[in-house]
Amino acid sequence: MTDVLPVLSVNVRQQRKDFLLDVAFEGGSGITALVGPSGSGKTTILNIIAGTLRPDSGCVAVFGRVLTDVEKRIFVPCHRRRVGFVFQDAQLFPHLTVEQNIKFGRWFTSTDSRGPPLDVVTRELGIGGLLKRRPATLSGGEKQRVALARALLSSPRILLMDEPLSGVDDARRNEIMGLIERVRDEFGIPIVYVTHSRSEVQRLATRVVRLEAGRVVSVGSAADLPDVGVALGNNGFAST
Amino acid sequence: MLGFSPDEWTAIFLSLRVATVATIVAVPFAVFAAYALARWTFPGKIVLDSLLHLPLVMPPVVTGYLLLLTFGKQGAVGKFLYDLFGLSFSFRWTGAALACGVMGFPLMLRAIRLSFDSIDRRLETAAGTLGANRTWTFFLVTLPLALPGIIVGAILCFAKALGEFGATITFVSNIPGETQTIPSAIYTYTQVPGGEAQALRLTLVSIAIAMAALLASEMLNRRVQKQIAVFE
Repeated sequence: MTDVLPVLSVNVRQQRKDFLLDVAFEGGSGITALVGPSGSGKTTILNIIAGTLRPDSGCVAVFGRVLTDVEKRIFVPCHRRRVGFVFQDAQLFPHLTVEQNIKFGRWFTSTDSRGPPLDVVTRELGIGGLLKRRPATLSGGEKQRVALARALLSSPRILLMDEPLSGVDDARRNEIMGLIERVRDEFGIPIVYVTHSRSEVQRLATRVVRLEAGRVVSVGSAADLPDVGVALGNNGFAST
Repeated sequence: MLGFSPDEWTAIFLSLRVATVATIVAVPFAVFAAYALARWTFPGKIVLDSLLHLPLVMPPVVTGYLLLLTFGKQGAVGKFLYDLFGLSFSFRWTGAALACGVMGFPLMLRAIRLSFDSIDRRLETAAGTLGANRTWTFFLVTLPLALPGIIVGAILCFAKALGEFGATITFVSNIPGETQTIPSAIYTYTQVPGGEAQALRLTLVSIAIAMAALLASEMLNRRVQKQIAVFE
C-alpha cells in the first residue's frame, strides 16, 4: 500500500545568500542516505523536513501528509510533525537524566499514538543501565544511543539522522550501526540518514540520494553504491 | 539586642523587605524582557534595550525624579494605579521597593540575557522535534538552563536594592519606619552630632548582608551548575 504514496516526498527550493538549494526526491521505506560534500545542502534538507526551516517554495510530504506547501500556505509546526531527529552531537538536555531525556517526547504524545514501549527501546538500545545518569557523564556512543531512544519514543513516523556517528569512536560505530539496522527492521520506521561515510552507506542505505551544490545529482539503490563511490572520488565520502 | 536601637532595627528590616519585594517583583519582568531581547526580532529593539538599561547610567536622582513624576499621586501611572487599585507609591515603602527594583533591573536583565544567549538553540530545536511547543520548550528547557543566570541576576538586583539611595530618597524621601532604608539611615546619622557609631554599625550590617547575599548566590549557582552540568 505504501507504494502508492511515497514515504517521503521532498521538492523544495531555498535561496540563502550565495547558496541555492533546489532538490526533488522521494524516500522509501528503509534507510534513504543523503550523501554529498560539505555545504551541499544535506542538513538544510533535514531541517526543512523537520520544520525547523521554511523553504522559499515547494513542498514536503510524509506518508502523503503534506507538512510544508509554500504555495498553499501549509506549514505544520515542527512540534506537530511527528518527525524524529537524531542530531550530529546528540543534543541531549543537560539538566535532565537519561530517563527524563528519553521520556521527554512521551509527555507530548497521546497514549493511543504511542510508538514502541519504553522497556523495549531501552533493552534494544542497551541503555537500561544509563537511565539515572546525566548526559555529561556519557561517552559519545552512549549519547547517540540515548538520542536514538529519545527520538524513537516520541513515536515518529519518520526518523531523520544527521551524521549520528561522526562523534563516535570506531569501536562503537559498528555496534551503533547494528542498532540502527534493528530500528529499521524491528520498529519499521523509515529513516533519512545524512553521512559522509562510505561504510555507513554501504551497510545501511537502501537508497542513496547524492547531492552536490544544492542539487540532486543521482538517486540510486545501495547496490549501485560501489560504482557511485568510484564516480564520487573525493566528493564527500570519507574512507571510514 | 546586639546593641542596635529600635530605629536601626526598623531600618534593617525595612531594607530587607524593600530589597526582597523589589527583587521578587522584578524577576518575571526581567526574565520576559531578557527573553524578548535575546530571542525576538522586532522594530525598536535597540531603543527598548537602551531604555531598560538607562537606570544603570543615569544619575539615580534623575531616575527618582522621573519616578516621582510618573508614579507620584499626580503622575500619569500613579494616579491611575491609585484610582483603580488604591495602590500608592509616594512616601511609602512600596515606592522605595519600586525605586530599588527599577535601579536593580538592568543588572538583573544583563545577567539573565547573557544566560539566555549562552543556551544552545539546537536544544530548543530538539525539544520541538520531540513534540514540545514553544511554551513547553521555554518552561522545560530554556528556563531551567537559564536558572544560574536568573539566580545571579536576582542576587545582584537584591544587593543593588539594599544599597540604593539616590532614587529612593528623591522619590519617597527619608521617613523613619516607612521609607528610611539602611543607606538613608546611615546618611541621617552622619548628619547629626554623635551619630557616627550608629552609622558605623549600619555600615557593617550593610556589608554583612551584601556579603551573605553574594556568597549565597555563589553557592546556589554552583549547586545549580553541578546539577545542570551545562559545560558538557
